[in-house]
Amino acid sequence: MSQQKLLLGDEAIALGALHAGLGGVYAYPGTPSTEITEFIQGNPLTRERGIHSRWCTNEKTAMEAALGMSYAGKRALVCMKHVGMNVCADAFVNSAITGTNGGIVVLAADDPSMHSSQNEQDSRFYGKFAMVPVFEPSNQQEAYDMMKVAFEYSEAIKEPVVMRLVTRLAHSRASVTIGEPNAQQQLPLSTGRQWVLLPGIAKKNYAVLIDKQPGMLKAAEDSTYNSLTLYPANKGKMGVIACGIGYNYVTEAQPKNVSGVLKVSQYPLPESQIRQLAANSDSLLVVEDGQPVVEQDIKAMLGTGYVVKGRLSGDLPRTGELNPDSVARSLGEETGACFDASKNVVGRPPALCPGCGHRDVYNALNKVAAEYPNARIFGDIGCYTLGALPPFQALASCVDMGASITMAKGAADAGAFPCIAIIGDSTFTHSGMTGLLDAINDHSNITVVISDNLTTAMTGGQDSAGTNKFEAICRGLGVEEEHLHVVVPLPKNMDEITRIIRDEINYDGVSVIIPRRECIQTLNRRMRKERALKEAAKK
Amino acid sequence: MKKDIILSGVGGQGILSIATVIGEAATIAGLHLKQAEVHGMSQRGGDVQSDLRLSTEPIASDLIARGQADLIISMEPMEALRYLPFLAADGAVITSSKPFINIPNYPEEAALQAELKALPKVVQSDIDQVAADLGAARSSNMVLLGMAAKFLEIVSPDTLREAIRHIFASKGDSVVESNIRAFNAGIELSE
Ligand SMILES: Cc1ncc(C[n+]2csc(CCOP(=O)(O)OP(=O)(O)O)c2C)c(N)n1
Repeated sequence: MSQQKLLLGDEAIALGALHAGLGGVYAYPGTPSTEITEFIQGNPLTRERGIHSRWCTNEKTAMEAALGMSYAGKRALVCMKHVGMNVCADAFVNSAITGTNGGIVVLAADDPSMHSSQNEQDSRFYGKFAMVPVFEPSNQQEAYDMMKVAFEYSEAIKEPVVMRLVTRLAHSRASVTIGEPNAQQQLPLSTGRQWVLLPGIAKKNYAVLIDKQPGMLKAAEDSTYNSLTLYPANKGKMGVIACGIGYNYVTEAQPKNVSGVLKVSQYPLPESQIRQLAANSDSLLVVEDGQPVVEQDIKAMLGTGYVVKGRLSGDLPRTGELNPDSVARSLGEETGACFDASKNVVGRPPALCPGCGHRDVYNALNKVAAEYPNARIFGDIGCYTLGALPPFQALASCVDMGASITMAKGAADAGAFPCIAIIGDSTFTHSGMTGLLDAINDHSNITVVISDNLTTAMTGGQDSAGTNKFEAICRGLGVEEEHLHVVVPLPKNMDEITRIIRDEINYDGVSVIIPRRECIQTLNRRMRKERALKEAAKK
Repeated sequence: MKKDIILSGVGGQGILSIATVIGEAATIAGLHLKQAEVHGMSQRGGDVQSDLRLSTEPIASDLIARGQADLIISMEPMEALRYLPFLAADGAVITSSKPFINIPNYPEEAALQAELKALPKVVQSDIDQVAADLGAARSSNMVLLGMAAKFLEIVSPDTLREAIRHIFASKGDSVVESNIRAFNAGIELSE
């Protein structure tokens, strides 16, 4: 029995995975991928079937656990935002060398235009790099349908496959026709030696992976998700290659002057269709959201004599997400504003919530830092990154998760003083602990502030892996007891907090200060729930 | 028929619940729908926007092109003006008239009003006040939806009421009724 449901792209992926007979999702939160795991966590099937869905400490632990589940014969989904692919890259690239047993889908949600990210890297590069297939749904229905196809395909070729989303699909809702859930997949526990990547075995595996490439190409050429439509009346004009959601913008523009449109939603690139379109056209326009991955490949495929247009040629903007306007323009169709942009409107950047504990932490840090001419506060990623903006303007850096501690350490190694790191609780367990160990082993002169709001706030308040464990972790790594402090970030404690920061800056070695107060958002949510429960009990 | 709608406001003002109600109404009416939402960073008090597209035909793009929006529905006057380049020549702006000031350089209210009043089709009111006067302070977004109802055309006010009943059903009858009252008051405001 099929049924219609309004779903976000993320939710369609989640439901598709559940209906494909999922064994577990392994994920670390990150916009725009977070809602996938949250949907799975909230689905009744997850409880019924004992599907793994607890958040992981970071993307690398997620990828590795998925590989273990695959070894044991179940289907595993790994979800992350694009930069998470960097964190799990070692495990991911090597999973293509080991190959898989139970199916693995690695979902990477890219964020062109950097709505909530530090860069707009394109995860299709990772698929190419690891030499595994990539699926790129163009709409919510495909997102749902492709999950089953992707898991089956992964098991058929015994390789992980990548599912690539972009923000506009992940966070856009549409009606999806859904089917019935499959039974949970259970293949036998693996017995093979291919998982032991000693050079002798890895060399053989790599040759096997290379031998699989022509099959992957054939599958992409035969895929129903890749389709070529030719317009014979326009033979000899420009042809269009539309990847993922780029296809929607091309459809929306209703181009009247193109020789054909090749929709691409499965990679490696379907070479035969590309050559066929090229033969019917005088040039090709590549419409792809993200980086010019396909544009470069097609240039290489067709040689220098053939005109290929896209983001590199300037026919589409080099950076930022595609939109119906930029795509229409590249197709020679005009859209246009009827009203000028307002001259009165100003930017409204996000800010820390009123009452947030991070505010008190920055007030204290700024007060003490002002006493030193060269104080630097190295920042990290989370809500507290907003401390870089007015009114605090406290941060010298924000690069990647964990970099606050290690950058402070490197700067201190170079003689800078005082070097302060500020890192959130979830970011600390994600990637801060190892850097802290380096600093301790080197006796680096840094002051580390772990601003603990008991949650992963930036992405909507998910459980944080280290909650209640931070003092023990720091002690275990070797932070000295007298240089480990827990404070409550409230205005009334400002004197105590600034005194501790000052003392610890003056201590030549590693100190850790943990300001701890619950996130105001999760607190409010919890109180609302408790109130509702009380009222229900009264009735 | 199609309607392209931009919903705008400030993170935390509840534009997504307006989208949810219109989405439910579109589902009841058997329409095609696409709704691009904002999640993540900007929800922390920044500007937020959602593109909502309803049509009797299948919809391709998740985003609305410039000059195509039939409606801008905004919880905040400056946020309504932010999306003017997307408004169609005969498009309407339905907005709360009350500024939400959480930035130091918020423009002069008179300048915003002058700009709004120069537009061909504008309906604005202090929706927070209207909702408070009705004893439905938490339903100001439904006042705004009511103000937009006659411009929505593709879904009728009755279907919108039915959608409100569905969406708020789990919160109990009194919440449903406050929202319906707020919606009805909004309809009267745009008469
Ligand atoms: C590699 C990587 N994974 C995930 C993210 C997304 N992300 C950004 S901040 C953040 C949460 C930070 O939580 P925490 O450190 O506890 O700080 P809070 O937001 O609670 O203040 C996440 C998951 C990212 N930017 N990079």
